[in-house]
Amino acid sequence: MASAQLGAPARISAKGWGWQHSGRSGRAVHDLDLEIAPGERVLLLGPSGAGKSTLLHALAGVLGDDEDANESGELLIDGRPVAESRGRAGLMQQDPDAQVVLSRIGDDAAFGAENLSVPREEIWRRVGAALESVGLNLPLDHPSSALSGGQKQRLGLAGMLAMRPGLLLLDEPTANLDPAGVVEVRDAVRRSLDESGATLVVVEHRVAVWLDVVDRIVVLAPSRLGEPGGVLFDGPPATVMAQSRELLAAAGIWVPGYVPAVRPRNADSADMHDAGQQLLLLASALAVSRTKGRRRHPVVPAAVVPTVQVLAGEALSVTGANGTGKSTLALTLAGLLAPVGGDLTALPPLARGAGSSPLKWRGRDLISRIGTVFQEPEHQFIANSVREELLFAPKLLGRGVDSVDDLLARLRLEHLADANPFTLSGGEKRRLSVATVLAASPQLLILDEPTFGQDANTWAELASLLTELLDAGTAVVSVTHDAAFSAVLGGRHLRLGDHPELVESHSVLREARR
Amino acid sequence: MSVDIIATPRSTAWLAHANPLAKLGAGLTLTLVLLISVDWVSASVALILECAVLPLAGLSLRMLLLRGWPILLAAIVGGYGTALLAPKTGELIVAWGPIIFTSDSIEAGIAIALRGMAIALPGIIVLASTDPTDLADALAQKLRLPHRFVLGALAAMRLVGLLVAEWQTLGMARRARGVGGEPGLLRGLKAQLGQAMALLIQAVRRATRLAVTMEAKGFGAGPRTWARVSTYSRQDLWIVSGGVAMAAVSVSAAVVLETWNPVFG
Repeated sequence: MASAQLGAPARISAKGWGWQHSGRSGRAVHDLDLEIAPGERVLLLGPSGAGKSTLLHALAGVLGDDEDANESGELLIDGRPVAESRGRAGLMQQDPDAQVVLSRIGDDAAFGAENLSVPREEIWRRVGAALESVGLNLPLDHPSSALSGGQKQRLGLAGMLAMRPGLLLLDEPTANLDPAGVVEVRDAVRRSLDESGATLVVVEHRVAVWLDVVDRIVVLAPSRLGEPGGVLFDGPPATVMAQSRELLAAAGIWVPGYVPAVRPRNADSADMHDAGQQLLLLASALAVSRTKGRRRHPVVPAAVVPTVQVLAGEALSVTGANGTGKSTLALTLAGLLAPVGGDLTALPPLARGAGSSPLKWRGRDLISRIGTVFQEPEHQFIANSVREELLFAPKLLGRGVDSVDDLLARLRLEHLADANPFTLSGGEKRRLSVATVLAASPQLLILDEPTFGQDANTWAELASLLTELLDAGTAVVSVTHDAAFSAVLGGRHLRLGDHPELVESHSVLREARR
Repeated sequence: MSVDIIATPRSTAWLAHANPLAKLGAGLTLTLVLLISVDWVSASVALILECAVLPLAGLSLRMLLLRGWPILLAAIVGGYGTALLAPKTGELIVAWGPIIFTSDSIEAGIAIALRGMAIALPGIIVLASTDPTDLADALAQKLRLPHRFVLGALAAMRLVGLLVAEWQTLGMARRARGVGGEPGLLRGLKAQLGQAMALLIQAVRRATRLAVTMEAKGFGAGPRTWARVSTYSRQDLWIVSGGVAMAAVSVSAAVVLETWNPVFG
């Protein structure tokens, strides 16, 4: 094999290809016919369960070991079976932490090339070029754990580029990233494609991100029992978007310019609350950090906010760049982290006799007052089925067991009541994690990036649910990069950054004058 | 936010640049020799020599006490126990009811405490001055251990660092659900067990994703090249000779002062 051949753009061809994971009744992919020419850049769309990830994993050659799986038809890269095409394709997954293998960025970028037995001098030449191509201008011994999510994904990309693959496979590469991270990864991919000419297949819910990069969109149909599946639409982006816009929007895909309909805030109730909005939580000169300070080594706080007021029936959006301590602030307000300085007081309407420091509340006192939804739903799963998960809080509190069926229906989880929470799809997990917290009917709801990686349908459901809760008098604090989401919820904004005090006091003043 | 326990900034100490295998060899030689004899002379000489090479590993006595105090404590407790239980020969020194120390039993206790510290210290010196990636390179390239296992273990070690942060997050996420924070030891224990289980699940899931990443990067199939070369240098010769010399001096001192007391025979 000539070394030039290694980096040449790859051709993909699927002929009646299908895949059934072992132990599953339905097929993940069924009877797929698809030809992708060398150098084409394809955005792969489709509703949840259309087998997009399965196809990417198959092309990356990481599905192969499953002996009980059932494969049909042919899936070829450059006319040869995927199993014989080692090193032809590079795969990027969703979780930035699972992208990095070694502790230093130079070593990590070299890892793939080492596995392909590239000579040493050539490896380091490629590593340097790849890191430059993805815009990671850091020393080679920079620790990979010190990178942001977007940087980790770019490091993963650099590692692939050093393998000189003919095919880049990106599986929702930006779902866990903030907007700045999304743009930096997208631009790095585009730049590296311009240099290498490699073929691209990217799976992503947010069409607008990749629209300028791809030259073809393929829409897969879901394959359920007996249904044919396969390719539903295929063509240049403009054509496919015109043909399938409605269908994609209905399937929860973020088509450009589409903002899903959300139940609006009830203007009357907002006015009504204005008269005597109850103050629930008050923070002043609050310094937050994930690490506890010691007597002789006080910590540098992740953020210091002069004042935060949480009012019943009002939304507060916490925004700011990465690393400004937004999540840490939310965890502190939620009574989960001890403040490292300043004051946090739960006022009587919220405390109801449990004491003024949420940190000291017992579990059952906390959940009926403050409910916190974590960014990663799996972190909060504690039971073996969806129903048990929802019953946990009512059982602990000794009330509200009847409301569980309501919640199941409200969040469209009835058909999954007996399923294991870990087996749900991303959107279902998010809905469940919100529902479990709501089962305790807290007066204050705190959410950390609730819309990350969510499809448009889940997004709209979540936003509608929150406007309803707000109108009913629940306070909602959300850490978010999602401007559309904040806009729907309304209320106040707290921007963290270099000078949080300025922005906050300013916005408080402005709010007060209004 | 994640903590990477193995990616501390590369140490600039003299020993940090050496081949990990040389350091391991020197450390093992010294440890093995100290295991042979129970006497306070060889242990003290070794301990003094080890303290003398601390700066080469970028460690100071203060740093050592700060981080290594549990070992010091264990050694002292071990010595105390030995003094308490050793045959009560020689001069009677302390007799408080059942607590009896004689000159011989105290000598045995001191020997055990010193020996414990002298055996632990080489390990600390090697660990503090060795980068795990360098060690993996040396094990795979020089000792020819299978690279699949060596690199797999290295990648797994990086995950351990992530798990530290994950444990903290899980604790908060579960408290937010109302788990834990209830009075009672048994309930507290149950909550901890549940959290450990959740951590295990997360660890397995992350490891699975990492395995996919590694496989997609061509790991595990067939021969590979190494971007970093593990080499021996003159420095490594010095280190191994140093280790042997330290062992020899300790033993000679004990033999000359007639305290040499081998465990066998």
